Amino acid sequence: MTTQETDWQTLSRTTPEVPEAVATILEYEAEAQRILTICNSCRYCEGFCAVFPAMTRRLDFLKDDVHYLANLCHNCGACLHACQYAAPHEFEVNIPRTLAQVRAKTYSEYAWPEAFGRLYDRNGLTVALATAVGLSLFLLLTVAMNGSLLHAPLAGDFYAIFPHNLLVGMFGIVFTYAAIALGVGVSRFWRGSLKSGTKASSMSGAASEAIGNVLSLKYLDGGHGEGCNEASSRYTLWRRRFHHMTFYGFLLCFAATSVATVYHYMLNWHAPYPFFSLPVALGTLGGISLIAGPAGLLWLNFKRHPDHGDQAQRGMDRGFIVLLLFVSLTGLLLLALRDTQWMGALLAIHLGFVMGLFLTMPYGKFAHGFYRSAALLKNAIEKRAPSSINLGSD
Amino acid sequence: MIDVLVIGGGNAALCAAISAREAGASVMLLEASPREWRGGNSQHTRNLRCMHDEPQDVLVGSYPEEEYWQDLLKVTGGITNEYLARMVIRQSSTCRPWMRKHGVRFQNSLSGTLHLARTNAFFMGGGKALVNAYYNSAEALGVEIRYDTPVARIERDGDTFIAAILEDGRRIEAASCVLAAGGFESNREWLDEVWGENDNGERPALEFLIRGTKFNRGVLLRHMIDTGADSVGDPTQSHMVAIDARAPLYDGGICTRIDCVPLGIVVNREGKRFYDEGEDFWPKRYAIWGRLVAQQAGQISWSIIDQKAIGRFMPPVFPGTTADTIEELAIKLGLPSQQLAQTVENYNASCVGGNFDHTALDGCHTAGLTPPKTHWASSIDQPPFYGFPLKPGVTFTYLGLKTDDTAAVRFNDSPSANLFVAGEMMAGNILGKGYTGGIGMAIGTAFGRIAGTNAAAYAAQRKQIAA
Repeated sequence: MTTQETDWQTLSRTTPEVPEAVATILEYEAEAQRILTICNSCRYCEGFCAVFPAMTRRLDFLKDDVHYLANLCHNCGACLHACQYAAPHEFEVNIPRTLAQVRAKTYSEYAWPEAFGRLYDRNGLTVALATAVGLSLFLLLTVAMNGSLLHAPLAGDFYAIFPHNLLVGMFGIVFTYAAIALGVGVSRFWRGSLKSGTKASSMSGAASEAIGNVLSLKYLDGGHGEGCNEASSRYTLWRRRFHHMTFYGFLLCFAATSVATVYHYMLNWHAPYPFFSLPVALGTLGGISLIAGPAGLLWLNFKRHPDHGDQAQRGMDRGFIVLLLFVSLTGLLLLALRDTQWMGALLAIHLGFVMGLFLTMPYGKFAHGFYRSAALLKNAIEKRAPSSINLGSD
Repeated sequence: MIDVLVIGGGNAALCAAISAREAGASVMLLEASPREWRGGNSQHTRNLRCMHDEPQDVLVGSYPEEEYWQDLLKVTGGITNEYLARMVIRQSSTCRPWMRKHGVRFQNSLSGTLHLARTNAFFMGGGKALVNAYYNSAEALGVEIRYDTPVARIERDGDTFIAAILEDGRRIEAASCVLAAGGFESNREWLDEVWGENDNGERPALEFLIRGTKFNRGVLLRHMIDTGADSVGDPTQSHMVAIDARAPLYDGGICTRIDCVPLGIVVNREGKRFYDEGEDFWPKRYAIWGRLVAQQAGQISWSIIDQKAIGRFMPPVFPGTTADTIEELAIKLGLPSQQLAQTVENYNASCVGGNFDHTALDGCHTAGLTPPKTHWASSIDQPPFYGFPLKPGVTFTYLGLKTDDTAAVRFNDSPSANLFVAGEMMAGNILGKGYTGGIGMAIGTAFGRIAGTNAAAYAAQRKQIAA
């Protein structure tokens, strides 16, 4: 035993004793196992988020465990800056990056139908193509149905361009498909390593905790309430704030559409709605929020410390952010100019972006919210179950 | 000329730099390491032992001064300085608001450390997060920070500091100076010099691993002692722990611990046991085992457990070597298989049984075995069997500069007016022997702040006189 380095080099790069049941373990998952084993014997980061306490409930990290922990990670970066084993240490621990790499693989692996999982491989391109399809579709449809992109002012009546039922049919089909595809994916993810032993009585507590975590973005608060890391080891709440603007902006826009649907079918009150009506007010507020949020997230994304997350996913991340930004920008522009001859063209463009978003919901960054919510619920459930391991003190 | 020069870049140095800056001094901090390795051994720390009379945020119950002092007295075997120790203890009860102000955050005691929930406040994210917070705060306050700047020696006029001479020959003058550059544990030549050759003709220290930074080479410590500074602590002693032999040479930190020792047996290269593995809980024995392993041939041993022990100790960072028979395990570990089988057989035959409980000092012991195993003696008979190699890992050295309640460096038993010392470089005044979790950070924080404040006061006084 003269050199200490050699054993670690071989041991660290080959994950030992992978049970046969998970023989199909991938490179990224093996790296996650290696790193999680190091973290589990250190545990200094327990206070930052849910990932580390969840890790201490395990002794081994099988494929399902790695997938679960990867989706529980919010990529806040705190554990990387705090890590005594991060590069240049030879252990090269980087939890945010490693789990991000696994996370992308889970989106792709659980996607339905399976063949479409490959759309994650070059997701920036996927988003761009879906948007191009959406835009082309509606621009061509406008010309085909109205003869021209420009028209005499129509007092904001969208249905003079596209009949209401046509829009409902098109978006209804795509949305339903997206919901089914996402549902299948998340339920396949869910069936992974759920620990048994939770009492039914604690399920409602678990559910409300998970919902609270999702709605408040609990795990972007750093554990101390001062936020996560962006460019440096300093904490900031801006990612949480911008994400809130994005998420709640999106929900407001969704609420605007839902209210309008109720108006249309139940109250027989048809668009265009005046500026101070509920759907337009919700949509305007949501739209503004959905500009500020993604713009801020994009800005943070460009400033992000290069060691955080997975550089290869920037196409997916930025593609999604930019798409959301265009949806809200064109939506507000459409509202502003709905009484002019540009309404038809703007409507086509806006609907094109929305269609791009809907088409990529199950095959883009949008899915992260569903997998992460499922992981948070799984975490809330398993932390209520009695621990199966009884370690001595260190 | 700057007012206060701080030499070192760990917890004590940062506390000194920030305190001096808060007192109005202009401050420069010289860290020997590159930026990414900054913080010395503080990177690997995780908590602060805190006196408190009632529950506080992350601390339960109370930990009064007297109990803290008794704990310290016990671990040091009396090799301490009660006056300075009580000063540190009292400061530990009031320093956390200051730490918070400079960005340090605390978290509840980690899983597996419930026994420390009363006495130790854990840093959220560990010591490196603390170091980051202090560097951020120091930068924001205007402390000038120089990385990759090792200091070779100190230029003095009698007992008075004049300038620091860098290893590249540059000279930095300052009104006063704080030395907080750590011990000499990563100077393997010095360790070798101290340990020398053993009876088997081996040089044991060459086999030691260093648990912390590779930058604590003790250059200034030796320079100061060689040039007449008063010293404290046994130069031949260091805090040593039994850790995984596969750990990196430096910076293995906490995760290289092997906590399964009390659950099985430990054998040397001959496949023979040599000490009671079940004497007490592992956190109370791991330091003894560092020295025990250092005394074995090749400075190596192996902890042998069976399947029953899995899940009863903190997960190890490196997987154990596994086999379905003891003979096969011996071959895989490179141990004499007949002897190991015999050792295990003798041990198994001597276990008296009883209710095994790894969370208590249980009644499972051996009868008629030498050396005995006094607790947790349970047969090693359920495959697969696991083997973990152990080596001595040096945490820190005890040799330091003698100081007083002003943190002054002393020459011929009188204090320097403008040269101060803090952290590992003087911890030996209080911790002459032994260790208890979080005491090093308590000493570093208390003396860092005292040294920084006094260094700033001297600089201000000098300015006043000059004006």
